[in-house]
Amino acid sequence: MTSALDITRSVKPPRAVFVNFPLGHQTGPPHQPELQRQIVRDAMRAFETINAPATIVELPYVWDANDRSWEEIDYTKGWMPSRPSHEAADALEAQRQQKFRK
Amino acid sequence: MPVEYIPRTRDLYSDFIPYRWVENDSAPLTALTKPISECRVAMISSGGIMYRDQPRFHHEDASYRRIPIGARPDELSVWHFGYPTADAERDANCVFPLDRMRELETAGVIGELADPAFSFMGGIYSARKVRDELAPQIVDELKRAHADAFFLVPA
Repeated sequence: MTSALDITRSVKPPRAVFVNFPLGHQTGPPHQPELQRQIVRDAMRAFETINAPATIVELPYVWDANDRSWEEIDYTKGWMPSRPSHEAADALEAQRQQKFRK
Repeated sequence: MPVEYIPRTRDLYSDFIPYRWVENDSAPLTALTKPISECRVAMISSGGIMYRDQPRFHHEDASYRRIPIGARPDELSVWHFGYPTADAERDANCVFPLDRMRELETAGVIGELADPAFSFMGGIYSARKVRDELAPQIVDELKRAHADAFFLVPA
């Protein structure tokens, strides 16, 4: 899968399936199992249909037909929400370990 | 219009030495020898997915996690510095479509989903580290699993 056409054209994996969605959603938006399944099924089909090296199949799915503004801001300065500190991440990890090591 | 991520990476990380993208002139394509409905398919995500009490990822971390394909949604968590992870934290299938792959296995679209699936944190600056350290370990995993096809999902 890829959502970054220019990078994939440079790296040239043997075969790729492109979906024009914001980073972090290459196999679909959260809790939309049918769309996710369609995307993944299309990707599986590409294993059989792609015969030429470095082919990129472009899927027709649209993130939001009424609002393409995400394309202007994805991966630009200020686009990343502020991240939890390392201390906060460590605390979350400790919680997780406590929960699952019981 | 698809987003051009190469110039945006340059802008976003303009305080750093310009990132050198991997540029390959050709791609090795190995045709499947049988239909995908008869293949054992392995999956990896660069979205930084962890299972239960597995240690979290860190910056410049080229390690990977083995994730049993029977993992439940509440047993998965996410750490990645390079993309907004909120949606993947709500539903890991955004970048690690484990539930969807299991459904496609049940539906006979793929022959079998290889166990375990894999994840790493794809924000690794050094392409060399990925090529020489991470990738060979994954290749060994795929050989051990007798995988016929390998599905890579970025984030």
